Amino acid sequence: MNEKSRDTWYFFLFISPWLVGFTVFILGPVLSSVYLSFTKYSISDPPRWVGLDNYAVIFKGWEPSFYNSVKVTIVYSVLAVPLGVLVALLAALLLNVPKIKGMSYFRTVFFLPSLLPAVATTITWAFVFNPKYGYLNTAYTAMLGDDGPDWLMEHTLGCLVMIAVWGFGSTMMIFLAGLQEVPKSLSEAATVDGANTWQRFCHVTVPAIFPVIFFNIVVGIIASFQVFTQAFVFRSIGGANIDEKAVFFYVLNIYENAFQYGRFGLACALAWILMVAILMMTFVQFYLKKRWAPDDE
Amino acid sequence: MNKTKVFRLFVYALLLAGCVLMLMPVMAMVSTALKSMPEVYAPEPALIPTSFHFENFYRAFFDPTASYRPFNFLPALKNTVSVTLLNIIGNLTSCSLVAWGFARYQCRWNRPLFAVMLSAMMLPAIILSIPTFVLFVKYFGWYDTLYPLWVPTFFAINSFFIFLLHSFFRGIPGSLIEAARIDGCSEIGIFCRVVVPLSKPVLMVVAVFTFIWTWNDFFTPLLYLEDESKFTFAIALQNFVRGSQASVFGTQWNLLMAANIAVTIPIVMLFFAAQRYFVEGISLTGMKQ
Repeated sequence: MNEKSRDTWYFFLFISPWLVGFTVFILGPVLSSVYLSFTKYSISDPPRWVGLDNYAVIFKGWEPSFYNSVKVTIVYSVLAVPLGVLVALLAALLLNVPKIKGMSYFRTVFFLPSLLPAVATTITWAFVFNPKYGYLNTAYTAMLGDDGPDWLMEHTLGCLVMIAVWGFGSTMMIFLAGLQEVPKSLSEAATVDGANTWQRFCHVTVPAIFPVIFFNIVVGIIASFQVFTQAFVFRSIGGANIDEKAVFFYVLNIYENAFQYGRFGLACALAWILMVAILMMTFVQFYLKKRWAPDDE
Repeated sequence: MNKTKVFRLFVYALLLAGCVLMLMPVMAMVSTALKSMPEVYAPEPALIPTSFHFENFYRAFFDPTASYRPFNFLPALKNTVSVTLLNIIGNLTSCSLVAWGFARYQCRWNRPLFAVMLSAMMLPAIILSIPTFVLFVKYFGWYDTLYPLWVPTFFAINSFFIFLLHSFFRGIPGSLIEAARIDGCSEIGIFCRVVVPLSKPVLMVVAVFTFIWTWNDFFTPLLYLEDESKFTFAIALQNFVRGSQASVFGTQWNLLMAANIAVTIPIVMLFFAAQRYFVEGISLTGMKQ
């Protein structure tokens, strides 16, 4: 066996787990998902071809929750992503201040919450938000005098945005890594040229970490389109105390269609619409990046 | 006081305020878990309970006389730990083998297949979940078993880890590999005795993130598990929400928080034991849940 065919042989030997896994758990499901989205399928009966019916049902609004779930998801995304990225960036700047004692402890406290199990933190937040006996309104009354609002009912989606922003830790860690890459010489040169802190931030730090900001926004939007666990748990812990419609996220709708009502075909169509939306959002962002920061590679 | 001193005091003040905000739910969790029911429902909740009710943990997990269904602690612990360990083993072995294949052996299939592998990262989990459910339930008969939670990881389905390991493996000096080869080491031997020992830090990153993702995973067990004896922590907790609401006194928040603590503490312990791998992993690759 010559060197080349020997390498090919070993290549396929080493990647064989992936070849099997990819075919069975990714490629196969993707193809059948495309097919199922054109059928009526309830797992017990064989799929029946219905052409574009599922998509027509969705866009004509006959699937009653579609437009509401799109609205909920977009509103959430518009609020939670910029807010989360901004808070993460500010926290990273704060944690990057040199010569502060105990900085590693502060970093831990800011970072750790983002790693905790979403089920547990969502339950806890639901208690904190409780208007009658939760901590938030106790603090509210202590500071502002009057009774606080009924967070759970009046600001149901706002609660989820707050929970998401609170979990900014891993975004912050990415910013911190980015900030440590900013060459010190740049900001020193700006200081010599007479730039103040704010000018240094705008003209040195932000351009230097622009790719990181962009990355966090893109990843943040993709993740925000797929919120599930928090909404699911918040709904079950909130019960009658929350506005159920306000947390009916897009993926929750897919889940209910498939696994509660057995509409697998419709659910696959919904999932592909989500996929297209995510791809489009990502392309738009790369396009905008090219227009606004063309010099960046 | 000079300007720098004022600035640093300001930074400290902001940092402390941030800590209070970050820890608020954690404090709510701990303090509520130790309260009695009347105190939980007091209109102005105290941060420190007037009396400490440690028996809440016992009542939440084991109380055989309870009117509610207790949090299924021991079975859930067993299931979660076994699924987590299996996933760690699965990801470590399969992803590192595949990543090494892509990193070392050049052939005309390498680049196109690598691109295909990476593109799988773009797929939202929900797209795969429906047909995979059909496959596992209808064709494999895996409904209400733990198999769907761990078998796929043995087939390198996590492109992210492959990518991470691949970029690390590319950095291993070729001279080392050549030296091992000249010393008569087989290709498998090179992988096991040279590559793996050199890659401990990155393998730790994979292990630690597999742990946390499996431990916190809610969606997969929600789809497949039906019987309480098979529940993992995440859905046992979700199930206990219903159990704790069944009480005539209203939601038993104190017991619920006790269960919350049980599920959360292992993650906190893991974090402190392996802090540097979390930081490394996230800053290396921008990994996010």
